This record gives sequence, C-alpha cells and structure tokens, in this order.
Amino acid sequence: MGNIFLSGVGGQGILLAAKIIADAAANAGFEVAANEIHGMAQRGGSVTAQVRYGPAVLSPLILEGTADVLGALEHIEAIRHAHMLRPGGFAAISRQSLVPVTVSSGGAVYPGDVAERIARLFPNRCYYDCTARAREMGAPRLANTMLTGILSRALADIPLEAWHNAIRGRVPPKTLPGNLAAFDFGRIEANDSIP
Amino acid sequence: MKPTRQLLSGNEALALAAIDGGTSAAFGYPGTPSTEILENLARHAAPGLYCEWSPNEKVALEAAAGAALAGGRSIVTMKHVGLNVAADPLMTLSYIGVVGGMVICVADDPGQHSSQTEQDTRHYARLAKVPILEPANAQEAYDFLREGFEISEQYRCPVILRTTTCVSHSRCLVARAAPRPQNHVQFVRNPPQFVPLPIWGRKLRVGIEERLDAQAADAARRTTLNTILPAATADCQQPLPTAPLGIVSSGVAALHAREIFPDSPMLKLGWAFPFPDGLIRDFAATVERLLVIEEGEPILEEHIRALGIACDGKNLVPRCGELTPARIAETRARLEGRSANLPAPVPEAADLPGRPPILCAGCPHRALFHALARFDVVVSGDIGCYSLGVFPPLNQTDTILCMGGGFTVAHGMTQAGEPRRVVGIVGDSTFFHSGITGLLNSVYNQSPAKLIVVDNRITAMTGHQDHPGTGTTLMGRSTHAASIEALAAACGRERIRVCNPYDQAALHTILEEELAADGPSLIISRAPCPLHLKRRIAPQRRIDPDLCRNCRACLKCGCPAIESPDKTAKPRINETACMGCSLCQALCKFGAIATRAGQ
Ligand code: SF4
Ligand code: SF4
Repeated sequence: MGNIFLSGVGGQGILLAAKIIADAAANAGFEVAANEIHGMAQRGGSVTAQVRYGPAVLSPLILEGTADVLGALEHIEAIRHAHMLRPGGFAAISRQSLVPVTVSSGGAVYPGDVAERIARLFPNRCYYDCTARAREMGAPRLANTMLTGILSRALADIPLEAWHNAIRGRVPPKTLPGNLAAFDFGRIEANDSIP
Repeated sequence: MKPTRQLLSGNEALALAAIDGGTSAAFGYPGTPSTEILENLARHAAPGLYCEWSPNEKVALEAAAGAALAGGRSIVTMKHVGLNVAADPLMTLSYIGVVGGMVICVADDPGQHSSQTEQDTRHYARLAKVPILEPANAQEAYDFLREGFEISEQYRCPVILRTTTCVSHSRCLVARAAPRPQNHVQFVRNPPQFVPLPIWGRKLRVGIEERLDAQAADAARRTTLNTILPAATADCQQPLPTAPLGIVSSGVAALHAREIFPDSPMLKLGWAFPFPDGLIRDFAATVERLLVIEEGEPILEEHIRALGIACDGKNLVPRCGELTPARIAETRARLEGRSANLPAPVPEAADLPGRPPILCAGCPHRALFHALARFDVVVSGDIGCYSLGVFPPLNQTDTILCMGGGFTVAHGMTQAGEPRRVVGIVGDSTFFHSGITGLLNSVYNQSPAKLIVVDNRITAMTGHQDHPGTGTTLMGRSTHAASIEALAAACGRERIRVCNPYDQAALHTILEEELAADGPSLIISRAPCPLHLKRRIAPQRRIDPDLCRNCRACLKCGCPAIESPDKTAKPRINETACMGCSLCQALCKFGAIATRAGQ
C-alpha cells in the first residue's frame, strides 16, 4: 500500500502521471483512490494530484505528513509540498525551474538555493533533471513518465509488469516505446545529483 | 468472481451510469467541476442517446424536464452556480413532476477551486422539496445515479445528485451494473398534473408534502443509500454496545471522517433529504455523543437538533472551505481538547513565489486588456478566462457579478450617473448564456455603457466546449453558427465594431472612437483561443540579447512566455511557450524582439 503526492505546474503532465500510478496499483490488485485538482490550474498554476492504494482505501486525499512518496516535476513545487511527506518518505524531484509570471513581471523572487533546500528537506530522495535527459531521449514531454519511473522504486509492491501495462493503457502507440524507455531509465538509472 | 472494474472519476462514472441507466437525453452547460460528465457521455454513448450543450443551465433543465415529461429518462448537468440560473424551472418542476426518471447532477465546489462562491446545493433540495443524493466516490456516483432514476420514477419527481469537486475529480475502481433499455417515449396528456394553474397547483402543493413524508420513510429504509457502519475497529460478532461517540456524515466527508474516526460508528447518509428521521433517531439512541460532519452548511445538524437530539457540528467542524482529512483531524483534536500537531508547510517554502492562474501565452484577452489599459474606464467583467485580466500587470477588471452581469452591471453604473466611461465585458459563450438580454436592455433603455464581447470562439475556461456560436454540437454535428453581430443588430444596436485584438493599432483606434462617441456601441474583439486551436498565431518571437537593454517594457504585458528569473537578467522568450501573438514586439522600443529565425 502507498500514498503518493504529486506536484508540478499546469501543462507538465502531472495528471497523466497520476493516472499511470493509479492504473499500475489497480493492475497489481489493489484498491485505489486518486484525486486530481483541476479547474484554473491548467492556466499555468500549481497542480497537485494524489494517489492512494492498498487492500482498502477510503478517502482520496492524503493526510499531511503521511505521503510515502512525493513526486515533483518542478523543484520548488517539491519544497512547497514537503510537509505532505512522512518522515523517511521518498522524494522524486525533477531538477527543473519554471519561472512563474509573478517573478518575471512582479516583485516575487525565484530562490537561488533550491538544491540546498532540497538537500536539507529530503534525505531520502532522487533529485534528477528529468527534462534534460528526456530531451536527450528525444522528447522533453517524457519527463513525467521518467519521474514516475523514479518514484516507482519506492513502491515495491507494484511489479514492473503492472507499470508497463499501465503505461500501455494510457499513452498513444506512437509514443509508447519512448515512454517505456523513459520509465525504465527513471526506475533503474536516474541517480541523485546532490553529492 | 468479482465483475471487472474500471478506474473512473466521479464524472466518468456518472456518464456511464446515465448510459447504462437508459437515459434518452442529456443536457447541460459547462462548469467546473461538472463539465466532464457530458463530455464523457458524448464520447461513450450509443447513437440512440441524445446529448447537447445548451446555451445556459435554465434551458438545459427545462429541456431535460421536457424529455422526462414525455416519458424518457434524462439528466442535466451543471455546477452549483448553474442551479441558481435554473432555479426557476426547478421549483415548478417539483410540482408538475416527471414521468421518465430525471436526475439533476449538480457539482458543488467547496473550497472554491474554480468558483466565485461556495454554495451548498442541499439548500435547493429543501427549497424545491425534492430528494438529494450525495455519492462519496465514483462507485457511489454510478450506483446513486442509477438509483436516482428509480426514485425519480417511483415518486414522479426530479432528483438532485450532488457531487463536489473531490467526488467529481477523484477516481476509484467502479463496477458497472447490467444496462437497462431506454423508456418508451410518448407524452400522455394530463393537465391537472402538468399544468400548474392555481386550481390544480394547490392540489399539487399538498401532494408534495405527502410525497416528502413517503420519501423520508423510504430514505430510512434504503440501506444502499443510508447505512449505519459499525466502528471499523469493533468486533462485529458482538452486539453493538453504546458507543461513546457516533458520527453522522455524508458525501466524501464521510470517507475522510471514517479514516479519522475509525473507532466510532457512523451513520453515513447518501440520501440525506428528505431527512430519514427514523434512522437518525435509531442511530442517536446507540451513541452517547453525536458529531455531525458535513461539508458546507449545517443542514443535517440543524435538523437533528430540531428533532430534539443534542449534537456537535459546526462548533467543531469548519463551515467554510473544503473538508479534508487534515481538517477533520483538527476537529477530532478539538473534540478531545488537544492540539492536532499536523505538519505545516516547511519554513523553506515561506518565500516561494506563488503560481496564480494566468492568461495563457498568446491569449487574445491579454491583447484586448492591454489596449484597454490606456483608457480611464471602469471595467465591469464577467465569468470566464478573461476574469484573469484583473491581475497585474493588466489590472483591467473592476467588478464581476455573474454570468451576463458584465453588460448589465455596466448599464446600471452609467444610469446611476457614474462620471467615468463604463465598459461591460462578456465572453462569447457568456454572451449566448445570458448576455443577449443585457444587450437588448442597453439598447431599449439607451445605455451609454460601452459593451465588448471578447469572442475567442469557444467556452475556454472549462476546457473548450462548443456553444451556439461555434457551428458544432456536442454530438459533433455541424450546425448554424449564431452571429453575435446579427443578434446585436436585431436587438437594435447600430454601432457594431469588429476587431482582431492582435492588431493593436486598429483596436486602439476603435476603442478611442467608441469611447468618445456618445451613443451606445458594441465592440466584438475576435480571435480564436490559441490553446484550443493548438497552433501558433504567427511565427514565434525571440529577444536579441545584443539589442535588448533590459528596460523590461515587454514584461508589462504579463505574457508567461517571457521569462526573467531576476531583474538583472535580460528577459528571454520561452521557445516552447510563445504563440507568436506579437504583442510584446510592439512594446520594445529598441527593436530587440523579432520573429525567430527560420520561421
Ligand atoms: S522591451 Fe526590448 S529592450 Fe526592453 S527588456 Fe524587453 S526585449 Fe529588452
Ligand atoms: S509573441 Fe510575445 S506576447 Fe505573444 S506569446 Fe510570444 S512572447 Fe508572449
């Protein structure tokens, strides 16, 4: 069983990642409750999604401090939701900066010490530039599947086949090989970049 | 063997339940979080099921009533504020009733994730005196809609099914039941039932009270909807002892509460109104203390008190906002006189920049507001993406009331004597929803208010649905595309100007002329939503760092594609985000912005 909290920015593919995780858990025979926050989030706002699975799950929402895994496609969005993770929980964070318009045109400041904050907050983590690697693999949009691969390491009761079948069911055939490769890379090879 | 189950959201489950339940016709107007019900219905329905986007919720509810009066099963979908628009037909429909089952699917938005108000639709069920069902997850959404049709046909009255954002947008594994054929449709004349003239209406009025009594007794018996759950930690073999605390709850709040109070029995109400008094009394008798955990207003709580049963409720449970496991954990801590000690956002998160929703890169609304910002006007806005024009750096909306209010509020301001020019703005979908009467009124009563339709050719905010002006129906058929100009002309509006907002010079001239003119005028600012078109407006722009002097003028338009992590860094244009609208190019005095080479 597991509680997975996902965060990112509208348009990054957090909701697809949530669907893949939920499908994989269902494929593995678990009950699933998953929540996706929609609405105005698609206009460049912060987006979160949550997936819970186990032999029986009631609420689709995770209680603060009880997420087993925090997955973030943008690194300050990991810090924003750090309090959702339980002590010792695993953080899968994509090393990507998306500068909000409040910084570009307003007075807000994008922090310069993101890596230091992440090192301090998440002792159990994989902090990796999924977007850069996904671009090398041919499509920056694969970052979300790669991040899913990274966080799958911490969900040991969902077998690899359940993940692959979940991806097969959610992505178009054209991008399937790329998505499977990005997932496998995340699951096996992506390494934490903070020494 | 368990039937195969599918992982579905609440809205997807409602669509499939409508299909499996033999619905003949489905109607609605888009509104977060209800929109995906009809979208999924249109995607999955067999050809015999009719569905449409209606111009507004009142039209949709009336049409669904017509379908049900003729004997077919119907659903109508909307968000909570939509039911305000559809309240008039609902009240009378409760009197005349239906023949085929009719379920009104209303999605509330506690916490106001994407709504101007927080409303509890259960108030409407009480006002209209019709049953309301409250599913807690997608499986219940499926089951309750199917059961709602049965209740509706049994009592010949419409049934409301209330979801919330958390129910509509959460997934769980759902088992479908056997499909049922559609009803035979043939209207049977019965004026004393279907024509509420006072002579008959008075009899119908009495019949409603009898119906409510019968339904209250029924609700107390229907264990598929209303159940008493023993404490999850209790030994089920033993007879229930008196528990120190019992919970009464409904909807998704019941699921949160079940996790926070696993040691307490719960009366979980899926059919909460008419109130199942017998069940409430039975449950209360088995517990020493009763706590009502309901999302929204204290409707159950007040009724339970009126029954003479003491209970806790809003003294411990928040009344405003969405209920979450955390907020119910705080309730439990309050009840037990301790602190909840839940983790709060970390100190490292305190100075993070916010990410409010914003107009997209290349949005035509930005171009309109950018031009409008040069004039000293009061802007009466409306509901849609363009409400985001209120934020800096555009700062171009002064008030928003409701759908269609953009025109009418502007009119009222001018008639009261507001000394500045007043501009009323509505979107295209909003114009067809409820802008036309406001326009008609402004002509009839000779309003000096300046009206603008920001026409991006789609209902954009809710995820791009068709409307009477797009020329396509929900079922994908080509149809007449209503013309805003022709409607305005038919209303008697003489000055009608149409402009592409990306042509800032032309737009500026039109605004200057129309704002100076004495008479009424209508400006249609027309350019399709680029997010919907999924293609660029023109070649992308780039900033030449050698020419850029970092004067930051281009940032004044607030386009999210122009990035500058701090003031010392020259802005650059994000190559995946830029839609090529050219708005920023005109702002650069140094000629640093030009089309990207090779495009
Ligand atoms: S307006 Fe031109 S010169 Fe000024 S910051 Fe923008 S690109 Fe640079
Ligand atoms: S042309 Fe300029 S204003 Fe328009 S989308 Fe591109 S960066 Fe934004």
